[in-house]
Amino acid sequence: MNKYMLRRRKSQTIIILAYLALVVALIPLISILAETVIRGGIAVNLSFFIEMIPPLGQPGGGIGPAIQGTMIVVGLASLIGVPIGVFSGIYLAEFRESSLSSVARFLNDVLTNMPSIVIGIFSWALIVTVVGWSVIAGAFALAVMMIPIVTRTTEEAIKLVPATIREAALALGIPQWKTTITIVLNSAKKGIITGILLSIARISGETAPLLLTILGSRFWFGGFTQPTAALPLSIFNFSQSPYSATDWPRAWGAALILILMILGINVVVRYYTRERYG
Amino acid sequence: MSWKISIENLNAWFGSKHVLKSITMKVSENAVTAIIGPSGCGKTTLIRCINRMHELSPGARVSGAVLLDNEDVYDRNVDPVMVRRRIGMVFQKPNPFPMMSIYDNVVAGLKLNGINDKRRLDAAAEKSLRLAILWDEVKNELNKSGASLSGGQQQRLCIARALAVEPEVILMDEPSSALDPIASAKIEQLIRVLSKDYTMVIVTHNMQQAARVSDFTAFLYMGDLIEYDKTKVIFENPKNELTEKYITGEFG
Repeated sequence: MNKYMLRRRKSQTIIILAYLALVVALIPLISILAETVIRGGIAVNLSFFIEMIPPLGQPGGGIGPAIQGTMIVVGLASLIGVPIGVFSGIYLAEFRESSLSSVARFLNDVLTNMPSIVIGIFSWALIVTVVGWSVIAGAFALAVMMIPIVTRTTEEAIKLVPATIREAALALGIPQWKTTITIVLNSAKKGIITGILLSIARISGETAPLLLTILGSRFWFGGFTQPTAALPLSIFNFSQSPYSATDWPRAWGAALILILMILGINVVVRYYTRERYG
Repeated sequence: MSWKISIENLNAWFGSKHVLKSITMKVSENAVTAIIGPSGCGKTTLIRCINRMHELSPGARVSGAVLLDNEDVYDRNVDPVMVRRRIGMVFQKPNPFPMMSIYDNVVAGLKLNGINDKRRLDAAAEKSLRLAILWDEVKNELNKSGASLSGGQQQRLCIARALAVEPEVILMDEPSSALDPIASAKIEQLIRVLSKDYTMVIVTHNMQQAARVSDFTAFLYMGDLIEYDKTKVIFENPKNELTEKYITGEFG
């Protein structure tokens, strides 16, 4: 065998190994999707979306309150987290060199990697012990998880706005703050919206902080200081049920809906970013 | 001939690098003053000191005075934002706001400074685009993106944008260096027309351009103002040996 053939063999071997690794990596993803669709699909029908959560083992009902609860908790978390995250990101991008920025950037990275159960117990100590199990405690926990992601993506998106655009605005006699919140934010809005959507997708599936804050419930939304249901908690509760015939398909069904929600957000993100990647 | 701007003992630094050294010169009203010199001589820094853009760069520092109608723009009570409204600027590379229409680009300075009267904005847009000799080319597509225009049109759009806020002085930093010869000729023609009503300061690395469009020329070399005189004198009868060497192409 000559040198060229040997080199070709080596190259082919590496390509085959990479290919096999990719297939192995895709197996869990595809089997999760397939199992969820097959096992959850049988539980999903119209009443599954709109009816109240039944007690464990009972026939009928749905997971309406869990869908509603997830939307309310995630929505409220976004109302708190998005403005704080976006403005922090603006600060970090506009005052890159300040010492507060480098400290904040470091702490932000630490917060990004904080285990969610820790954020859950923190929210429990801060809010649940005062207000009780409640929507606001859950929204607070999810907002804390969201802020570092939104902050970082906002900062990165603003940094991508060319300096020439900023200078053009300043040279027109537009004050610096107005230049930032109109011209610069407008140019960076695609990246910022993408970051916000991805952070929403990220927190929608969080379970640990919700267990410690909103507790879970079978009923429809009853106020911001009351416990509420949420999709991850329904998955958890139904999967722990001894009544495998009625409840396990519900756990899979709730999982299917959660996956579809997150998938939907990702599709929107793709849509927003499609031009940038051709 | 009266003076619009008087630069007095102006020094500028980037960090520890001294880029402008005790520049003193007066800029004529309603005339074109060209600033020439080899790359890195401080031409751009000089005009960015006039409208207080230099200080926005990290590590930038300025000393000395720039009088605009006898008032120092570096006076502690002067708001740099107000200075920049009186002194417009056009940059080397056309930089229209990419997410805005042609119309919105032109009126951006007015809108963002609180003027929302549609009739007034319309009038200002047409007037500025006509002044910038762009109106006839874009009047039927004012809602198209500013980025959809050709490079030369984009640069004239940027000039219209600067004119819309009604400045008294217009600074141009190599306004045609990124353009082809035909687009460049249009910009030069525009500079001549505008100089009837505006005080113009043009940075250029193109000596023929300086000779064609300017009334006065300043030659900068390594941060020093070497010679400043009527353009005719600088190009036909320079007093300084360095100026002569530069304009005859011996270095640069």
